[in-house]
Amino acid sequence: MYQINPDRDQLVVKKLTSQFNDAIEAHELLADMLCICVKKEVIQPCLLFLRDDNELQYNFLTTLCGMHYPEKQQLGVVYHLHSFVNNHRIRIKTATDINDPKLPTATAIWPAANWMERETYDFYGILFGDHPNLKRILNVDEMTDFPMRKDFPLEDQTREDKDDSMFGR
Amino acid sequence: MQAVNTKIMSEKINQKIAPTVAEPPEGVSGQGFFATSIEKAVGLARKNSLWPLPFATSCCGIEFMATMASHYDLARFGSERLSFSPRQSDLLMVMGTVAKKMGPVLREIYIQMAEPKWVIAVGACAASGGIFDTYSVLQGIDRVIPVDVYVPGCPPRPEQIIDGIIKIQELAGNESLRRRHSKEYEDLMKQYNME
Repeated sequence: MYQINPDRDQLVVKKLTSQFNDAIEAHELLADMLCICVKKEVIQPCLLFLRDDNELQYNFLTTLCGMHYPEKQQLGVVYHLHSFVNNHRIRIKTATDINDPKLPTATAIWPAANWMERETYDFYGILFGDHPNLKRILNVDEMTDFPMRKDFPLEDQTREDKDDSMFGR
Repeated sequence: MQAVNTKIMSEKINQKIAPTVAEPPEGVSGQGFFATSIEKAVGLARKNSLWPLPFATSCCGIEFMATMASHYDLARFGSERLSFSPRQSDLLMVMGTVAKKMGPVLREIYIQMAEPKWVIAVGACAASGGIFDTYSVLQGIDRVIPVDVYVPGCPPRPEQIIDGIIKIQELAGNESLRRRHSKEYEDLMKQYNME
């Protein structure tokens, strides 16, 4: 069970809004963890600030992952940060339009983001600017499509033998 | 208790155990010789000494480990020496899910094997992709290499894997020595782009 620390949550929101003003779009408590939505123009300085600030010290990037919102035509990235010193976890979300899927890289801030961003590119098609090695990591290199987007079909399309009546469709 | 145990032990020691030998093929036998066709002799030798290459990728590999272990011993059938080198094996046993990224690797392994070679696809994933009908799984290894025997199951029991090996033995024992030069075989290899 993760202990909610409302003082620390408020401290983070206060510091971020004072530093970045309205680039911080929203913040809410989702499943015990504070989630802050940030505009993509300031995401890199924002992450750097969260890592380097003396009071916040989010030194560990737990994971980063892609998101796809087809109804809003947006692709996004969610970062999970963890502060060892303060034992506090936080979630940062950014979004970008699906027709311009470019976001800045977090590899300069946390080297662990290297492979995580490659996976996000592989499955969602988000291009990370200034990434040292942006190529597919889990799928076949020649693949042209992005499997985790919501419009990608669930099943392999090369099969001819699946009878719809038997599979309950 | 002690007395009963020694009685059973001595009975077991005195039992004459007749060893099982392979059935000889048809031929002419006489004092000190046995004449048969070379195909039958070579077939008999090949089928009882198939050296497998265990290409175990997934859960079926664990069932294979059980098959090789003492309870369901596969070495009884001549598969005593496993090798992970394709150049030194006869039978490619593909056991488990093969991803699309792994397809070219499997093809290379098959090409590196020397003739005569046989392939057994163990498990639902190797035979047809299994329950993983998805973007990353190869929907059956027969999309990249020719397969001789398919063993269905998820996973198949060791007895079923042994049954598959026995079928491969039947294939190996009855194979014509000219088979690999036949037109059908060359057409099959062309289908898979292997010359």
